[in-house]
Amino acid sequence: MTALLEVEHVAVQIGGLVAVADLSFTVEEGQVVSLIGPNGAGKTTAFNAITGYMRPRQGRIRFRGQDLAGLSPERIAALGLVRSFQRTSIFGPCTVFENARMALHLRGESGLLGALLRLPGMRREEARLREEAFAMLDFVGLTARAEVTADSLAYGEQRRLGIALAAAAAPQLLLLDEPAAGLNPSETAECMALIRQLRDRGTTILLVEHDMAMVMRISDRIVVLNQGRIIADGPPAEIREDPEVIRAYLGTSREVPHAAA
Amino acid sequence: MSAVFGWLFVAAMAAVPVVFPDPYVLSVLTSAGIFIIGAISLNLLLGYTGQLSLGHAAFFGLGAYASALVSLGFDIGIGFGLRLRLDPQPVFVGFLAGIAVAGAFGWLLGRLAFRVRGAYFVVITICFAQVLRMVALNWVELTQGPMALIGIPPASLWLPGQGVVPLYTKPQSFWLVLGVGTLAFLLVRQVVQSRIGRALVALRENETLARSVGIRVTHYLVIATVLSAGIAGAAGSLFAHYVRIIDPDVFLFIYTVTMVIMVITGGKGTLWGPVVGGLIFGLMPDLLRGSAPPEAQWIAYGVLMILLVMFLPRGIVPAVAGLLPARRRPAPAIAAMVEPAP
Amino acid sequence: MDQALQHLVNGTVLGGTYALLGIGLTLIFGVMRVVNFTHGELYTFGAYMAYGLVALLHVDFFLSLVLATMLGLALGALIELVLLRPMRKADIDSVMLVMIGAALVLQNAGLWAWGGVAKLVPTPFAGTPLVFGPVSVLPLRLFVLGVAATLLLVFWLLLERTRAGIAMRATFQDAETASLMGVRVGWVHTATFAIGSGLAAAAGALLGPVFMVSPAMGDLVGLKAFAIVILGGLGNLPGAVIGGFALGYVEEFGGGFVSSEYRDAFGFLLIILVLAIRPQGLVALKERVG
Repeated sequence: MTALLEVEHVAVQIGGLVAVADLSFTVEEGQVVSLIGPNGAGKTTAFNAITGYMRPRQGRIRFRGQDLAGLSPERIAALGLVRSFQRTSIFGPCTVFENARMALHLRGESGLLGALLRLPGMRREEARLREEAFAMLDFVGLTARAEVTADSLAYGEQRRLGIALAAAAAPQLLLLDEPAAGLNPSETAECMALIRQLRDRGTTILLVEHDMAMVMRISDRIVVLNQGRIIADGPPAEIREDPEVIRAYLGTSREVPHAAA
Repeated sequence: MSAVFGWLFVAAMAAVPVVFPDPYVLSVLTSAGIFIIGAISLNLLLGYTGQLSLGHAAFFGLGAYASALVSLGFDIGIGFGLRLRLDPQPVFVGFLAGIAVAGAFGWLLGRLAFRVRGAYFVVITICFAQVLRMVALNWVELTQGPMALIGIPPASLWLPGQGVVPLYTKPQSFWLVLGVGTLAFLLVRQVVQSRIGRALVALRENETLARSVGIRVTHYLVIATVLSAGIAGAAGSLFAHYVRIIDPDVFLFIYTVTMVIMVITGGKGTLWGPVVGGLIFGLMPDLLRGSAPPEAQWIAYGVLMILLVMFLPRGIVPAVAGLLPARRRPAPAIAAMVEPAP
Repeated sequence: MDQALQHLVNGTVLGGTYALLGIGLTLIFGVMRVVNFTHGELYTFGAYMAYGLVALLHVDFFLSLVLATMLGLALGALIELVLLRPMRKADIDSVMLVMIGAALVLQNAGLWAWGGVAKLVPTPFAGTPLVFGPVSVLPLRLFVLGVAATLLLVFWLLLERTRAGIAMRATFQDAETASLMGVRVGWVHTATFAIGSGLAAAAGALLGPVFMVSPAMGDLVGLKAFAIVILGGLGNLPGAVIGGFALGYVEEFGGGFVSSEYRDAFGFLLIILVLAIRPQGLVALKERVG
């Protein structure tokens, strides 16, 4: 069986500096795969390269067998590969409900003519999208907050909305960039439950996360990056014992893979 | 509620020539109406896509010249000894040509300018209008240059059973502008309250995030620009056939600035903003006329613009809406819709 | 060939003043992130001050150039303190709108004060051109080029050799770090805007006597300043000098060999072309805007 996502010898440079030197890994359908590594290891850069926000200098990225080279982020999203962001993750001044509807863009197809003439097909689509938006807010537990503006949500709620926006159009592969960053333990637990539910709905997940407790518990496989290269790739139990991983983490910070942030 | 209010407003406006048939009032309202249409079109770009396009007079001017030239006809050399000749066409053909030409240039500008953002985008749009002004000034064979295009026929309307009727009188012109303005308003409303409108707002609020959920940046920005340009072209065409003389000054930056002031005064990104702002700035010059020289009026515009951006950045419409009691949402309906979800 | 040489000389004279305009505008953008729509008005202001001083108050021509520049500097500082300082936290588009408002006020105040009729600034220079072989040039224009070059050099020294210049360059690079290092960013902004405005006023005072002085003279010039800055890459100082001369030559040669009517349009066409092909400007820029 071929993998859903194949990353082969990808190298990315930012302003002449090597951010990712040589990255190869795969993500199989139905799994939760985590990409971890110390700060500056190149995780977010790898995300940017996979989702078309940066051009790799070398290597090849394939999604469902299709080469993503030169495709824009929006084209890649349309193929079923969507990401979330660490920071810029919501449409702040718009209501939560509007956020959800915007994120469902790919679930609709009406164009200019439909908009101008309000054809029956367009009306049906609008009704369906409205329902989907509410279903999605329900899924992340934000139904009660539908009419407030997104930037007035609490931080934890904003993060959940961010995940909801990325997951809205039911992508096959979801890339989550530190979804639990800054969350308290109970919020982190909620976040984890959310990711599990997404997986159970059939969404494959590639995760970048610093919370090692969460990564260890949720991942089917872990890929460890250090200084732009992969130093380990395997199931959590294996990674936990890997001497090179331990060295990489001890060498850059006092964070040990067992400890929660 | 808003829709009822809107139709009442249109009805009240439509009644003005009947109950208050003063030609001066009508001419003021007509020219204000033309600029309101321009402001409505600019709002689509400035308000909904968030792109500060400062070449909007270009589309207005293109619509004016295209419409005037098609209805006057022309015969020009196009190099290699060839000539391009067009006999005078009915005015409504010119009107459509004005929209089409402005829209086509909107497409071109959108394709070029949206490769950049921020200050670069602003400058490219300004330059665009400047180049067109130079062309209008210097392509004398086509545009008469600074001598202006004169004798432009008045607008006409095809009515069933009566054929093509020229609209000479002030009330007729006013009603025409009101009709086109209402259409422009509805068109923008339909677009804004649709999947396209949501895509535009998403791009405005967070382009990176919008792209990540699959919104095609250039595609939607170009759609908005073409629509905006087309509507501005319609306004320009109305202008040409109303004042019946057009010179290269229609491309001046000051016209763009006028429309920008209207939009931000009323409230950019709101449907009624350009109408409210347009009424204020469309009527103010005539209220001030006689009491102050035009320079003083422009100084007042400038000062007002500065004060608004500093102290009322979102404009009058959102500020007033904020004072009114919050519109209650049908909460039960939300609950009903959520229930079927797993 | 002789004609080309003549155009080269004219283009150089023109380019020198364009460079002055461009460098002020790009400095303001680079340091303050402000797209300065009042730049053309400061140019007009400089020209009118020169006119007022020379023709009405009978001040010495050379002294009045200095005074006009100083007045431009002061007006720039005033604009910064009154309008830009309160807008420090605002987004770039809002600031642009405020500057458009300010430009409207300045231009119409000028029109009100001076009237719409173009004025001539008397100069002590002879009206007969100096002839060097195939090339002839008016002494006034040569003087203008000399002053422009001197000002550019003085500006460069100021930036490279003085404390204020270093603070300015630091803010240019990274305002946040500069303020952490003890640079008083607020005053750097005032100084920057004042100097940029002073350079624009100097350009106006220099070119006013060459052409005529009229209230709308700044319109086109302000737009050309944008053109220059875009050509060189926004916020790029050497780029602005290159852009200034590039525009001068393009206008001269385009006007001379292609079409004199479209002389002013060449610059704008050039920008649209440059932005379509190479959006970051002719001279590479480290950061992208927007």
